[in-house]
Amino acid sequence: MATEPLAEQPGLAGPAAWELEAEREHVHGLGPWRLGLRRLRRNKTAIAFGILFVLLVLACLAAPLWAKHVAHTTPDANHLSDTIKLNGKTTNVVGLDGVPIGPTYKGKFFLGADPNGRDIMVRLLYGGRNSLMIGVVAALMTTVLSVVLGVVAGYFRGWLDLAVRSLLDIMWSFPVLILGVALGVALALGGLQIGPITIGGDSLIIPIFIIGLVYVPYMARPVRGQVLALREKEFVEAARAQGAGPLRIMFSEVVPNLASTILVFFTLLIANAVLLESALSFLGAGVRPPNPSWGTMIDEGVDRIATAPHLTVVPGLMLVLTVLSLNVFGDGVRDALDPRAKVRLER
Amino acid sequence: MGRFIVRRVLQMVLVMFAVSVLTFLIFNVIPNSDPAVRMAGRHTSESTIQAIRKEWGFNESLPKQYVTTMEKVVTGDLKSQFTQLPVGKEIVKGLPRTFSLAIGAALLWMFVAICFGLYSAVKAGKFADRFLTIIALIGISMPVFWIGALMNYYLGFKLGWFPNGGYVEFTKDPIGWFYHLILPWTALAILFVGFYSRVLRSNVLDTINEDYVRTARAKGLSERQIMVRHVLRNSMIPIVTLWGLDFGAVLGGGAILTETVFDLQGVGQYTAEAIGQLDVPPVLAVTMFSAFFIVLLNAVVDIMYAYLDPRIRLQ
Repeated sequence: MATEPLAEQPGLAGPAAWELEAEREHVHGLGPWRLGLRRLRRNKTAIAFGILFVLLVLACLAAPLWAKHVAHTTPDANHLSDTIKLNGKTTNVVGLDGVPIGPTYKGKFFLGADPNGRDIMVRLLYGGRNSLMIGVVAALMTTVLSVVLGVVAGYFRGWLDLAVRSLLDIMWSFPVLILGVALGVALALGGLQIGPITIGGDSLIIPIFIIGLVYVPYMARPVRGQVLALREKEFVEAARAQGAGPLRIMFSEVVPNLASTILVFFTLLIANAVLLESALSFLGAGVRPPNPSWGTMIDEGVDRIATAPHLTVVPGLMLVLTVLSLNVFGDGVRDALDPRAKVRLER
Repeated sequence: MGRFIVRRVLQMVLVMFAVSVLTFLIFNVIPNSDPAVRMAGRHTSESTIQAIRKEWGFNESLPKQYVTTMEKVVTGDLKSQFTQLPVGKEIVKGLPRTFSLAIGAALLWMFVAICFGLYSAVKAGKFADRFLTIIALIGISMPVFWIGALMNYYLGFKLGWFPNGGYVEFTKDPIGWFYHLILPWTALAILFVGFYSRVLRSNVLDTINEDYVRTARAKGLSERQIMVRHVLRNSMIPIVTLWGLDFGAVLGGGAILTETVFDLQGVGQYTAEAIGQLDVPPVLAVTMFSAFFIVLLNAVVDIMYAYLDPRIRLQ
């Protein structure tokens, strides 16, 4: 929130007061971002989970290193008839009854194998790349779409607002999962064509597109609400008086004031997108096998939970850790940036 | 009041129309392929495709196609492309199971969330509050099908405390019905407990500073009376709205994942199986009906609010 220099300095008005204000800022004032960062740093839990998320991302990025130098295999390589030495005994990677080995906690098959004899650890890391990539890109897509729609609707109001709001309301009438599933089933065979670009039904872009789309109403509505309030503020009026056009007002006056909202939403959106990806893949309407993702791995594992529970437990735990770290960190960021949060935490 | 209801119902019909158009567009227009080919599925013959094209009128203009599709959906003429069973009948058959799951879970999550949220708010900032916040966040972060599968395996299959999936009809064996649904209810409720208890906590903390709460305290009411009659009641208003909507979302969405894991054979599992086979007609019908249901619930909630709070009628 802006301070009120005029009230504090009754003798000064106009540029003189601004100058004074600027100087005061320069000497010992802290901007909202600095204050937010300071509050965030005090929240040890949020920082710890933020670091955890970064570590998880780094681990998944290092997937090829692990595959090449530790596990000596690839995510799609089958080892159906291979054997491995365990405690001096030679064991089949996949037993004669079709049951794969569990975690060895050694380089090869660190977290066990799946029924095709594929290395779970390697697939987990490669799958994580897909899940995280889908989550981040889809969240980015949702954010960009929501900000554009919300800002345009809130700024121009009138029929444009009505059109955007109606569209969002209609999308909002569908449960997120159902909308995702409907799009997933519709696009699975034949894929999607946008202008000259054709995207195959098995491509990872399809789940990104679906997930990026279905969350738009949930972010665009609050953004629009904020823009409706912001557009009445003095600084917008000032910009307009200086001759700024609607585009400039929207993107250099209004959007920067949405930054903290956008940041918080973006973090929470990644978490939700990763969750939705897993649900869609579990149902067969998201990532298509043999592409690994945490959702497809759980899907493959659930059928064999009675004989090889590690197939379900391992990718699920990884998923929960990722989503949890994002949720806790996002919560911390919100508490740190939203001035109202301080009031709530004081009690 | 009468005018408000009429206006709200008209609006509802309009939204339902828009929802049906959007569903139609998703399945018949957006994708980059012949809708007849997609509807026929992965393994099919040219003659099937021809037959589907004729039946659904895919050679006709879009408005005509829309009318044909809606006729099929509304009259129950829609058939699964794989089993050839009528979709409408299958949905109706599964409804009691899906409703059993959704209603029980909704009651459970509301009850637990009120306990957690209120306790969290009373102990705000203390250890108990932080602990419950972490628990809530963990609940929000777990995919329902994963925790459901683990519960079913460890508590149902391995320890044998609960039945290993399946459903028993209420009319035949109420206790068996309850017993079979405990795990599915819990799995489905976990997510919402996390969400609702946090919303309730912040609502309670906002309400606690209201003047009427101070008045109540000044009157000498006991802390318990203040919390339940003054604070909780007013903090519940936003939650009850959410509740109505989420109930609809569970019927149309969350049930798909939960029923599959616990083999409840309701509408959700029916949908999940159709999704697995890329069987378009059932998915189309379920998509449309679940959105209709949410629009309807929305209207009912609005009308109830207008009845309770006359100010809303004038907006």
